[in-house]
Amino acid sequence: MTASRRTWLRGLAAAGAAALVSACDRIAGDPAVRAGLRGAERLNLGLHRVLFDRRTLAREYSDSAISPDFRANGSIDPADPAYRALAAGGFADYRLVVDGLVERPLSLDLAALRALPSRSQVTRHDCVEGWSAIARWTGARLAPVLDQAGLKPEARFLVFHCFDTLDPEAGEDGRYYESIDLVDALHPQTLLAYEMNGAPLSVAHGAPVRLRVERQLGYKHAKYIRRIEAVADYSHISGGKGGFWEDRGYEWYAGI
Amino acid sequence: MQGYLRIGGREFDTTGVLGWSGPPGAAEKRAFPAWATLPGYRSLATGRNWHLAAAWGLGLGLTAYLIAGLAGGRLRRSLVPTRAMLAPRAVLADLAAHLTLRLPEAGGYNLLQRLAYLSVVVLVLPAMIVSGLAMSPAVHAAAPWTGDIFGGRQSARSAHFLGACLLVLFIGAHLFMLLLHKPLRRLRGMTLGERETRP
Repeated sequence: MTASRRTWLRGLAAAGAAALVSACDRIAGDPAVRAGLRGAERLNLGLHRVLFDRRTLAREYSDSAISPDFRANGSIDPADPAYRALAAGGFADYRLVVDGLVERPLSLDLAALRALPSRSQVTRHDCVEGWSAIARWTGARLAPVLDQAGLKPEARFLVFHCFDTLDPEAGEDGRYYESIDLVDALHPQTLLAYEMNGAPLSVAHGAPVRLRVERQLGYKHAKYIRRIEAVADYSHISGGKGGFWEDRGYEWYAGI
Repeated sequence: MQGYLRIGGREFDTTGVLGWSGPPGAAEKRAFPAWATLPGYRSLATGRNWHLAAAWGLGLGLTAYLIAGLAGGRLRRSLVPTRAMLAPRAVLADLAAHLTLRLPEAGGYNLLQRLAYLSVVVLVLPAMIVSGLAMSPAVHAAAPWTGDIFGGRQSARSAHFLGACLLVLFIGAHLFMLLLHKPLRRLRGMTLGERETRP
């Protein structure tokens, strides 16, 4: 085979491969196709809810299993002025607001939060990126907090509004938020964590309060929680998909 | 920038394929090249959509295949090696036939074929499903054995990846053998149901 013919054939193969890749990408990224694929997410959530006991605990480890180096991901040092002011004052002025579809809206400072029924657990944090790390988390159980606020019957989800802006270019929609349903909200291991490995939560890991929702991936565990809003539906909030990463294509049900 | 693969103490330059690839001037840090990933652009979210939907196809497909194969006796008849095939002389003959690429035309699957198919169907694919499930925090909470049999979530992740490599190897070898043995006639047999061997 001559060199020019070989070059030509190679060019043809490359062009063919490129055309195939771009055709695949058009299909792969098509909103209708992706909506269809996400039917699997509803199937997975439904199957998990039917097959697994809703109160099944995620595995708890001994203290010796705690990871020496627990990666901090997402926002690790929020620049938002309101947060910086609170952090500068050692979070003395911090108030966790619980409102929305509740009978008695709450505004809790850290002392009030620490006085609530608490739990301490050594669990594994599984990131959607693939890594995992183990730590001891201590915090107020979410269920008694909700009891105190009194959820209205129409409340179906809890939305966690956070202090940090993870995508500054998106403006107000760049602010981190997450949502969970009541099955996870009332789970015994679901915590408003204020301590990690026996010390107050560091800024990198979400000070002063972050969510622990074991049995779901890391991005559900919202850090820097500012406000918990009980809602019937989250489609009016930010991108409408129930969370910062959900608005960017990730599954709302992060149990897989 | 360059891509490399380190196995044990040895390092291999894999620039353009693993670790660093893309068109000239637009190469980027990515594990696998665009032609090998779905989607071609970097999107973990879209990749997960495809992966978690396709997992249903694998799970349901394999279950249906195994039920039908066990119930009809086909798995035992055509995939489990016969006693005669396992006689030392027969094993050596089969190995020699493969090494020289001179395989018999007629008859059912030969010994190496049976072992390869059987291990993929009853070992590798089920292990892919269980190790995949082990990575789900919800499944792991309800069924911790899925992770324990691999020695933890990260080991299950490695097993999942190595299993995928084995499957790629299997499909590659399968297609290679097919090309050596009258591929068009076999394709016709597969699609039209014609007998593979004719007088």
